[in-house]
Amino acid sequence: MQKNTLTAVLDARRDRRALVLITPLGGGDEELVSEDGLDAGHEHAAILGECFRSGRSKIVETVKGELFFQAFLPAPRIMIIGATHIGQVLVRLAREVGIEPVVVDPRTAFATEERFRDVDIITEWPGEALEKIGLDRRCGVVCLAHVPDIDDEALGAALDSDCFYIGALGSSRSHAKRLERLKEKGCAEAEFGRIHGPVGLDIGSVSPAEIALSIIAEVVRDLRTAPGE
Amino acid sequence: MSTTLEMAKSWIDEGREVALATVVETWGSAPVPVGGHLAIDSKGDFAGSVSGGCVEAEVIARAEDVIASGEPELLEFGVANETAWGVGLACGGRIRVLVEKFG
Repeated sequence: MQKNTLTAVLDARRDRRALVLITPLGGGDEELVSEDGLDAGHEHAAILGECFRSGRSKIVETVKGELFFQAFLPAPRIMIIGATHIGQVLVRLAREVGIEPVVVDPRTAFATEERFRDVDIITEWPGEALEKIGLDRRCGVVCLAHVPDIDDEALGAALDSDCFYIGALGSSRSHAKRLERLKEKGCAEAEFGRIHGPVGLDIGSVSPAEIALSIIAEVVRDLRTAPGE
Repeated sequence: MSTTLEMAKSWIDEGREVALATVVETWGSAPVPVGGHLAIDSKGDFAGSVSGGCVEAEVIARAEDVIASGEPELLEFGVANETAWGVGLACGGRIRVLVEKFG
């Protein structure tokens, strides 16, 4: 890898742009291809398209020898709805596993820079915030506010999207009530099964940190077992 | 995934000579997926990984040669080919690792 390629890869990661680096394994010049600038006439357009879609890197045998296509895709993200104690731990755990957290909470007393350092905080209602971000299949939504008005709005937006993970904090009983409310709001009942509630893998979590751990484990499972991963 | 690349960049910015090892292919059980990185500097400092720890020492040693020569090397490790470098993967998998100096 060239030093300027390394700089370009790190810049793209920061700006959430996708790149593929083509390296001839038998020696020769590498080529860095940006998804924005992908030319349909590129000799490897089909393979590049596949790398950008799947995020997978791979070797392809060509007449010029083996080429290594290395995909650098923007990190998957989770929208943490509710700037709570569990949310604070979840931000750190997400970062450790390469998932970029975004915190959404309209309650400015919760969503302070003091409580959430070096993370994107949006102090708007979830409907507006998630629309601005644009939920896609590399996004997850975790509702932790435990305030129906806030969580329900985020769940409505999540159910309308093809995000890979939806979770909502609360007991089975409060989850059942939540689904009733969502039904009344006119949300698609057929999609309700996508919501993990109670949220997180059942590891007997007690403390906020343990609950955050169970959530991130569930998020990773869904990310890694999703189609295309 | 890799803050390894960020580490490599900071080493380069300090004027250190750095090599990058990248997992380019895996067969069977492999703890680090294709695209995994290990950065190595000329003093043997390293960050990241290309395996569960089974072949790192060998890759670091080879990286010193790559830093000295400037020529990339393609290494292969695995039980099926354990004589290649004298180390194998206990997990039973096989991996190929590209080692290059940052040019």
